[in-house]
Amino acid sequence: MEQQQGRIHSIETSGMVDGPGIRYVIFLQGCLLRCQYCHNPDTWAIGKGRIVTVRELVDEIRGYLPFMRFSGGGVTVSGGEPLLQVDFLLALFRTLKEELGVHTAIDSSGGCFTKQAHFFESLQQLMRYTDLVLLDLKQIDPQKHLELTGKPNAHILEFARFLSDAKVPVWIRHVLVPGLSDDEADLRKLSEFIKTLTNVERVEILPYHEMGTYKYEQMGIEYPLLHTKPPDEETIRRAKEILGAE
Amino acid sequence: MQAWEGFTPGTWQEEVDVRQFIQLNYEPYEGDNSFLTEATEATKELWKQFMELAKQERERGGVLDMDTRIVSGITSHGPGYLNKERERIVGLQTDKPFKRALQPYGGIRMAESACESYGFKLDPEIERIFSTFRKTHNQGVFDAYTPAMKLARKSGVITGLPDAYGRGRIIGDYRRVALYGTDFLVKNKQDELSFFDERPMSEDVIRSREEIAEQIRALGELREMAASYGYDISKPAATAQEAFQWLYFGYLAAIKEQNGAAMSLGRTSTFLDIYVARDLKAGKLTEQEAQELVDHFVMKLRMVKFARTPEYNQLFSGDPTWVTESLGGIGLDGRPLVTKNTFRFLHTLQTLGPSPEPNLTVLWSTRLPQKFKEYCARMTIQTSSIQYENDDIMRPHFGDDYGIACCVSAMRIGKQMQFFGARANLAKALLYAINGGVDEKMKVQVTPPMRPIRSDKLDYDEVMAAFDHVMEWLAELYIHTLNVIHYMHDKYCYERLEMALHDQETMRTMATGIAGLSVAVDSLSAIKYASVRPVRDEDGIAVDYVVEGEYPAYGNNDDRADKIAVDLVKRFMRKLKKHQTYRQSRTTMSVLTITSNVVYGKLTGNTPDGRKQGEPFAPGANPMHGRDKKGAIASLASVAKLPYEYALDGISNTFSIVPGALGKSEQERVRNLTAILDGYTAKDGHHLNINVFDKNTLLDAMEHPEQYPQLTIRVSGYAVNFIKLTREQQLDVINRTFHEKI
Repeated sequence: MEQQQGRIHSIETSGMVDGPGIRYVIFLQGCLLRCQYCHNPDTWAIGKGRIVTVRELVDEIRGYLPFMRFSGGGVTVSGGEPLLQVDFLLALFRTLKEELGVHTAIDSSGGCFTKQAHFFESLQQLMRYTDLVLLDLKQIDPQKHLELTGKPNAHILEFARFLSDAKVPVWIRHVLVPGLSDDEADLRKLSEFIKTLTNVERVEILPYHEMGTYKYEQMGIEYPLLHTKPPDEETIRRAKEILGAE
Repeated sequence: MQAWEGFTPGTWQEEVDVRQFIQLNYEPYEGDNSFLTEATEATKELWKQFMELAKQERERGGVLDMDTRIVSGITSHGPGYLNKERERIVGLQTDKPFKRALQPYGGIRMAESACESYGFKLDPEIERIFSTFRKTHNQGVFDAYTPAMKLARKSGVITGLPDAYGRGRIIGDYRRVALYGTDFLVKNKQDELSFFDERPMSEDVIRSREEIAEQIRALGELREMAASYGYDISKPAATAQEAFQWLYFGYLAAIKEQNGAAMSLGRTSTFLDIYVARDLKAGKLTEQEAQELVDHFVMKLRMVKFARTPEYNQLFSGDPTWVTESLGGIGLDGRPLVTKNTFRFLHTLQTLGPSPEPNLTVLWSTRLPQKFKEYCARMTIQTSSIQYENDDIMRPHFGDDYGIACCVSAMRIGKQMQFFGARANLAKALLYAINGGVDEKMKVQVTPPMRPIRSDKLDYDEVMAAFDHVMEWLAELYIHTLNVIHYMHDKYCYERLEMALHDQETMRTMATGIAGLSVAVDSLSAIKYASVRPVRDEDGIAVDYVVEGEYPAYGNNDDRADKIAVDLVKRFMRKLKKHQTYRQSRTTMSVLTITSNVVYGKLTGNTPDGRKQGEPFAPGANPMHGRDKKGAIASLASVAKLPYEYALDGISNTFSIVPGALGKSEQERVRNLTAILDGYTAKDGHHLNINVFDKNTLLDAMEHPEQYPQLTIRVSGYAVNFIKLTREQQLDVINRTFHEKI
């Protein structure tokens, strides 16, 4: 299990906005969605990235324990879409829990959720070692979701329901993009949906920012939101109000 | 005695022992900041005056006024005031606020150049006296320097030496003036002098006798100076106001006598709290009046000025004075040394606004009271004006009554001093190893001739062997050079008053330093793990390097690189220790550059890590900017590996982060910041400067300096008023790593 391999894009040792406290954030490589506003397009491609073993990661994480303990932090796996490497995640979290006892979180959009046998079995096991899921709900309207991400959202909402039933604590995150995900009616529908879930500890609004633009240039791909600006204060305030975000 | 009424008695009453007085009498405070009060009307009025003077000073190019005729000494000037009616703590360096004193004992050329660069003209008579009749420190040093020393200085392999300016970094125990009054202290020094009556008259004994006699004379002058302000300080201070005032007079006398590179204050807040608490209890003082005393005292510390030259400002930019005040820490008995006064000192960042001086330094321990930790973190987030140093690793070496001199140099107050030694340039030394000791810029042989490396591709073992050889040479030359400097400083520019506030049995350290650590480490890592080919000029000197492949860089918590850093620190320290030092001082080392990382970068050619000629080094022990790829905590973990035991003069690290990256809410930011400090402390990291800023604020301040008169930013070991930095320095600060992953 310790030799289980995963493909990672990068490491951020001072994550302080992806779950509670100071977090060691592992960005895994590979994603099925193609969100127009994605600020990590370099994590999309599947089969690329650096190969690491569970053992290597756990040994490295051990060195950061003081920072995690003092802050109530832990490890967050983000991406890309972490659940694409569900078996690796399971091995990693299990070892982290058994050896270090640290808080574990997954930052996911649920884009690859399915109740198919192997994935679902692994996921169910994984949830036993997961303290928190940061769940991206990008757009409640199915058609708009398809346009925004290249995928429909039915299975994502199903994932949210699954987490609720499994009583896994969740922080809902919603990226607020002017014109794409800030429509008031949509936000209200999203809010209604969130209210049906029983495991939501927090709702976060992530205002769209332009810091990922340079990556598109580097990769030589067209940036779909070239002319989109970050939302203004008022839009953010209203969205927070509707979704009951902090 | 009335002055000591209500204090728990002890042997501190018979002999000088400030620490015992504190331990027997202070009250630790574990509560929060809710007791703090606003600035009084008098404080606001004085601060307004201060800011107006600061504005005028800025408009006149950085210096408002200067003495060109009166040589500064403890009693050289009559009393001076900012606003006699309003100020509760009095005393100025000259007759007027913001007027810089003339202090030529370090070197007359320096004093002259300081005048001229700000449009003043040194009195020719003074110039004549100090070049004809009265020798200065600077002249003494150059009389004794060898050609090798001068060459090493010129090439920049050793730089920033205190050979033309006051060495500083000596902390008088100014608290003694308040606790004992000058009569007691004079009597004590007379006793010390008498110990030497029957000794054989060796050079050491004669020197000690002369020094003590000078110390006694300085204490007399201190009393006289205070008398000119209407205070009799021959007896102990009897009230809180007197305690602040007596202590400040002690400090003021020191800065009137010495223009030292760093004139630090010590560890005064908890000592003074004992007096404040007594007066509060007796109903003689209100909380608001207590804060007023602190504010007015701190305002005086913010007014400390020295006349300095543009060359000096390049090394230490932003007009710093390092009035370092050490706050907090834990006592040997486990009680925190945090008092309400510790809060009041930090609270001046609000009553008077942010400021680089005094250099507020929190001695951090994981065991500090939680409320105090949170208050510190909040003040840092709001003002970026505080630095933190690890009390848990310093206490075993320095006890619980030490203070920080300058940036990171711990010393027992009144019992230990240092010979400040600036720093040697390890990055340049590495280039000497490759080029057989020929300077890559001057193209002259600086070391004794050595065999240059001639291979097409640099081999790690071969380079390391040559580097070791160069370090051996450098360590010896460096210590010899410092011996010359400090011999002459003692002889021509002795700190009479500061040493009068030390025990006769004072421990001396020879405080060396290194610069360019991260450049040297990454260069060696590149040679070891990637491929580095030197590009040689027509004379065969390697002037550039082609790096192929990736190498692990220092700052990513990667042992492959970090172990090289640890090795270099240990290796150079061991070499330094081999050499005999002046006055049997104990050799120590720091990893600190102050702002000289920019000057060092200018003086150093292309390096094998890919850094281009002229590009600044990283400051202090920081990793090179842009090479730390795994975020702030990995970078901290790398620096924390440097062994403090081998760098007891301090390991400086500067950390800048945008507010949004610290957490989403104020509460989260405070918690995460205290956890960063606790984590770094638990990992044995030594020093951390913390800036919490948006880069845009700094860019805007560059364009509209008038709108940011108090914008303070921490650089290596101290803080500066951002708008006082040169444009080059400002850009260096902005270009450095700002952790901004959000």
